[in-house]
Amino acid sequence: MRTSGRPSSKVIALLVAGGVSCLATLVDSTVRRDTDLASRQSRAALVASLGLTDLSLFTEARYTRHPAMADLHSAFQDHPAAWDHFPTAAWVGPPQWGNQGE
Amino acid sequence: MNRTIERQRYLIDFTIASLARRRGRNLGLFAVYTLLVFVLASASLLGYGLRKEARTVLAASPEILVQHLLAGRHDLIPESHLAALRDIRGIAAAEGRLWGYYYDAGMRANYTLMVPSDRTIEPGTAIIGSAIARLRNLGEGDAVHFLSPKAKMFRFGIAGTLPSESELVAADVVLVSEADFRAFFGFPAGMVTDIAVSVRNPKEVATVSAKISRLIVDARVVTRDDILRSYESLFDWRQGMITVLLAGAVLAFVILAWDKAAGLSAEERREIGILKAIGWETSDVIAVKFWEGGLVSLGAFLVAYTLAYLHVFHFGGALFAPALKGWATLYPDFRMVPEISGQQIATIFFLTVVPYTLATIVPVWRAAIIDPDTVMR
Repeated sequence: MRTSGRPSSKVIALLVAGGVSCLATLVDSTVRRDTDLASRQSRAALVASLGLTDLSLFTEARYTRHPAMADLHSAFQDHPAAWDHFPTAAWVGPPQWGNQGE
Repeated sequence: MNRTIERQRYLIDFTIASLARRRGRNLGLFAVYTLLVFVLASASLLGYGLRKEARTVLAASPEILVQHLLAGRHDLIPESHLAALRDIRGIAAAEGRLWGYYYDAGMRANYTLMVPSDRTIEPGTAIIGSAIARLRNLGEGDAVHFLSPKAKMFRFGIAGTLPSESELVAADVVLVSEADFRAFFGFPAGMVTDIAVSVRNPKEVATVSAKISRLIVDARVVTRDDILRSYESLFDWRQGMITVLLAGAVLAFVILAWDKAAGLSAEERREIGILKAIGWETSDVIAVKFWEGGLVSLGAFLVAYTLAYLHVFHFGGALFAPALKGWATLYPDFRMVPEISGQQIATIFFLTVVPYTLATIVPVWRAAIIDPDTVMR
């Protein structure tokens, strides 16, 4: 019986390689974790020492730079029914009632 | 046992030969499938990673922030409130914060100018976030000129840059002295941007914030929980938006898969008829089609997930950056902690691999139970 050149052997080998590469992502995440957690701790330390409140992901408008600090009407700054100018505002959800600590 | 494995291997051999006969179509399907799972997995990994990052890092943000609202807008708050706040039982400290936005017209970038409370900045100097240092090619010892809103030029010597690993929280931050901050913005004396309050007992945050609301009736009180909840809802919204944007692509793929699976071509029906006529069991035919769907979808999932991991955790989600950046010229160059949850991988797997495999089997089962003579005609 010929087995070495069988298509199933090659495909199973490829699937195993794919499975190994998926497992390798778990190994990679574990290896990187210590270094990356240390840098996350330094971010948290800076947040605590400077009293920061937001991630600096979207810097184009004040209510996308500081969504947690923006007043409730900032997305409609020009007119209550005006469309928003900024593309990243589409990624920032509308304020949730009850989020105002009232 | 060996016999079963050997039998399945022969079926796989047959399946691969069958796939190879329609090579172009199946490779195209594999590529589209991989791309779709890649985008879904990237969005999921990025969203989960950022959510975890926000939850962990912002847990160190101020416990309570008190803002003054005027006509629905954030306004400056008098420092005179500080003494009244410190008198509230349960408050450990209350401190005015000075921060604001500066639009750098030359670079078309927005900066966040702040007066730090944890360090002293010499007047005439500034410490800048590393994204600004990169954008303006600045380093310690250099100088930068900002045109103030009062049309006066200010020169700041760069006393240092914030560490590069802090970009996710301070990419656009410029730390300056209080004197420079007030002079630059023409900020009125006796006023601050908002007030940060720390509470003795974390369990009393709700009570203390209610007391603050009663004391300063036109204030908006934002607790740390509110900040964390804002980010939870922000990332829920973001993932929802991505899902909506991808819904069209997903539906197109569903139609493609359904068409391929449900609308068996005459050639495929004849193939099934011949297999049945030469003695194949219905279960064998279904097994072949199961392997066909399974190999394509499992292969696409394994390739796509690995690529998505590399994309998000090694290349910073570069393909999503233009959408996340919007019109901003400052964008943090960040390396996220690889956060992977088994549930997340299982969800992507069950949403992509299982439906396709099942969609392949059902119509084949229908064709395979019909009399071979009818199918071949």
